[in-house]
Amino acid sequence: MEQALGGMGGRAADHPVMRLAEAVNAHAGLVRRGERIDTTMLLEYGDTPFLVQIRRGRVDAVTRGPFVMPSWDFALRASAAEWDAHWQAVPAPGHHDLMAMIKRRTLRLEGDATPFMRNLFYFKAVLASLRPGGSLDSVAPLPVAPDAPGARR
Amino acid sequence: MNAAFEPIVGRYLRLDIDGRPHRVYVEEAGQGIPLVCLHTAGSDTRQYRGLMNDPRILQHFRVIAFDLPWHGKSSPPAGWHREEYRLTSQSYVTAVLTVCEALGLDRPALIGCSIGGRIVLKLALEHPERFRALIGLQAGAHVDPYYDLGWLHRPDAHGGEVCSAVVSGLVAPTAPDSERWETLWHYMQGGPGVFKGDLYFYKIDGDIRREIERIDTTKCPLWLLSGEYDYSCTPQETEDVGRRVRGAQVAIMPGLGHFPMSEDPERFITHLLPVLEQIRAQKG
Repeated sequence: MEQALGGMGGRAADHPVMRLAEAVNAHAGLVRRGERIDTTMLLEYGDTPFLVQIRRGRVDAVTRGPFVMPSWDFALRASAAEWDAHWQAVPAPGHHDLMAMIKRRTLRLEGDATPFMRNLFYFKAVLASLRPGGSLDSVAPLPVAPDAPGARR
Repeated sequence: MNAAFEPIVGRYLRLDIDGRPHRVYVEEAGQGIPLVCLHTAGSDTRQYRGLMNDPRILQHFRVIAFDLPWHGKSSPPAGWHREEYRLTSQSYVTAVLTVCEALGLDRPALIGCSIGGRIVLKLALEHPERFRALIGLQAGAHVDPYYDLGWLHRPDAHGGEVCSAVVSGLVAPTAPDSERWETLWHYMQGGPGVFKGDLYFYKIDGDIRREIERIDTTKCPLWLLSGEYDYSCTPQETEDVGRRVRGAQVAIMPGLGHFPMSEDPERFITHLLPVLEQIRAQKG
């Protein structure tokens, strides 16, 4: 996959999306659920695009746009207000789930839907990982391997 | 040792539905007024485990639930491997009436959720004399498709994973995790193509927007209860039905989603008990 020309957006670390790698990679169950996933997702937060590169379930890189020639497999596009509502600790009805946002036509899925739909629990959890508190118990089944640290005996 | 049987007893019923031999799983608990329960698309009778374990309900009601053919422990009919499963208004009405008749039920009360809520409206329209009360949960007259239903059944995607993940957000965020994941487990266990086949009824064949105003609630009372987090059948859509059906009694249930009886039985039953009280108080 070609690398996008990115990183032109200034103080990237301040943006919630830039916390995605840390939030996802810290969660062993989430990384495990995504272990078959290699994809690049364009995440649009209002006017600001981000390229999220996922390799074997880990977020390898998050790059903030604008981009000259972004290359991605699928895109999730919503307004800043929609994402902010989704990232509340207990989101309001209609804002609480990616499919709910798609039904309300406030989230658009574009490109090749295959990685997204085959791994819908994974991507719901990836986006929900930016909520304060960080528990994904209600979002996806994320078992860790029986011999992993912290696994239930 | 901490072990106890629940009051639920299940059996297999052999009967013909629409001229084809079927093996249908039926379970029941309690005594009194028959209350037949219809599960949602792609799921099964386990959704009603909360009702069927609640002594306040079992004291006065004989709660009966059956798995639609192809669902849960009901088999698909012989020859299923050569046909694509599709639920229609006609086949759904026939299945409900045939099972009720086979069980010898005298004007049972009927409760149905989602596709079950839709068929409650259809039965209110066409067969009100067969029931003493109708309760539609998450009942709307129509739902537009909002995703490509093909994802629910294709050989390169795990149907159980996809079906469950598609509906997971229909459970309210406030639901207890144990009940949430029990509810979603049922979706993970559905047969290939069954959820998709049910949605043919829900989103295409079962559109009754133009008919619901003809429902006569003087022939059979109708209650509509909907959880506020449901984005498939939204509270607005239930309220719309309530406005158009004279005499329908509508309640929106805070903190509940699309599977109220399964995702949070305790909370749901607080809304159901007053309805059941009214059914008990009915004459005849």
